[in-house]
Amino acid sequence: MDNPFPADSVGLVEPQREAFDKPLALDCGRTLDAYELVFETYGTLNAERSNAVLVCHALSGSHHAAGYHDNGDRKPGWWEACIGPGKPIDTNRFFVVCVNNLGGCHGSTGPSSTNPETGEPYGPDFPIVTVADWVRSHARLADRLGIDAWAAVIGGSLGGMQAIQWAIDFPDRVRHVVAIAAAPRLSAQNIAFNEVARQAIRSDPDFADGRYQALGAIPRRGLMLARMLGHITYLSDEAMRAKFGRDLRKGKDDFNFNYDVEFEVESYLRHQGRTFVEHFDANTYLLMTKALDYFDPAAQYDDDLSTALEGVSARFLVVSFTSDWRFPPSRSREIVRALLDGNKNVSYAEVEANEGHDAFLKPITHYFSVFSAYMDRVATEVRA
Amino acid sequence: MNELRLDLRAVADWIRPSSRVLDLGCGDGSLLRYLFETREVTGYGLEIDPINVAECVHNRVNVIQSDLDAGLSEFDDDSFDYVVMTQTLQAVRYPDWLLGEMLRVGREGIVTFPNFGHWRLRLYLALRGRMPMSGALHHTWYNTPNIHLCTIKDFEALCERKNIEILERVVLDQSRYERRRSGVLPNLLGEVALYRFQRGAGASM
Repeated sequence: MDNPFPADSVGLVEPQREAFDKPLALDCGRTLDAYELVFETYGTLNAERSNAVLVCHALSGSHHAAGYHDNGDRKPGWWEACIGPGKPIDTNRFFVVCVNNLGGCHGSTGPSSTNPETGEPYGPDFPIVTVADWVRSHARLADRLGIDAWAAVIGGSLGGMQAIQWAIDFPDRVRHVVAIAAAPRLSAQNIAFNEVARQAIRSDPDFADGRYQALGAIPRRGLMLARMLGHITYLSDEAMRAKFGRDLRKGKDDFNFNYDVEFEVESYLRHQGRTFVEHFDANTYLLMTKALDYFDPAAQYDDDLSTALEGVSARFLVVSFTSDWRFPPSRSREIVRALLDGNKNVSYAEVEANEGHDAFLKPITHYFSVFSAYMDRVATEVRA
Repeated sequence: MNELRLDLRAVADWIRPSSRVLDLGCGDGSLLRYLFETREVTGYGLEIDPINVAECVHNRVNVIQSDLDAGLSEFDDDSFDYVVMTQTLQAVRYPDWLLGEMLRVGREGIVTFPNFGHWRLRLYLALRGRMPMSGALHHTWYNTPNIHLCTIKDFEALCERKNIEILERVVLDQSRYERRRSGVLPNLLGEVALYRFQRGAGASM
């Protein structure tokens, strides 16, 4: 049969699953006695096991970072632009692993999994997990896969934060970190947006204190609102203006003078919200926003990020985008500054881009040339 | 790797092995890479142009994309042995202030710049009555990045005023690729000027 996928795609991929029965102590004080992690891999692990790269997903991402799940699949993984043969994360050279974070809703143990103690879905009883908990759980997966050290841990947004946490918690297991559109911790404004999203979900009558699954309900309106709000923060003012302006929906040339969808931007946000509800779990959304809010590696070190990064041995590439107002360049510069203070190896690119926070998912020329050059250097170093 | 530019080779000769260097406007990172490879120097380059930033990464140089006009606030006092700025002084908005910043974060500064006092430029202006252009200065007046051109005498006067102590000066004649003896009419005969300097006694930067 003809390969129906683009030549620079990893093509057909299949999620894998590993079960762990060694209890995992979580930052919140609770313990997960057993859990499963779902992940995908692309490329081949070399004989020295030196070419493994961990890709960390962002808030609403999953383990499906690249390729397609079946021949009729129209939508590839979320980072198809970056991962594949000849792409910045070149699967001809690297063995790429992407794991669905604990608490997720794409197969790894999370609120919609069955709680062995009750036989019911965990729902709101699933413990609140942190970025460091994810790192600990992924380290066990790395052990299982026979990967002593990652050639690079890479992520955008929340994924970038996870990459930084890896370098702090397992300095011997991370050679390089690529942290894109990330921040060393959330600002009050970031937390405020998360709180509005959480309130939207929690105040939906169908949320039922998080036990909606047992009732066969979905808090659609709340989750949709949370996603619509999120989307506004992912795009820049310029990007919205370019994409929608004040255009009215097709076929319309006048106002309705009512509250139906009229502007294209309204239509877009409602569409994004509605489709999101079909494949994402509200309790997971709540957990992910909490993991973001709690992320603050400097907190244990008198709020001094450079002290937090003192023991790091990884080399860093930090990338930000000029129109990202969720995690603007100034936030990435805080990371860079802390690394400079500690005489760490770091390069920093501030990419001119109109796409806002979402730019990290887009094939922007300067971004990709720096990213590719960096990964080429990583590959040479690990003889990939 | 390509042959290192003449003025960069001269700069490299000034830098002690195993020292820490900050290179302002580091271009494609050639100087830093040369210094890493030949002298075990560590450090960072600052560069604003995105194509150069990618080239630096390609050259395995630590590069921080930044605008020199915003200063060096990311760097602590005395955090480098040398702060180098080659062929960039004339393109920054506040050269006098940046010289102070160089000596705040570095123990020594090194700059190179095209000498606007060179006889050929003087002759160009005198005879043609138009803004001089040359190999080192090949831009027209309206689109040049070189907004603060100066002569050797101008630079030394500024150092005097800012209490900057000049440790060494070399003058190059780029067209003939030879190092000129500094003593003989440098401001007239030198096409490119190189200086190594430090804070003068009692100066605070």
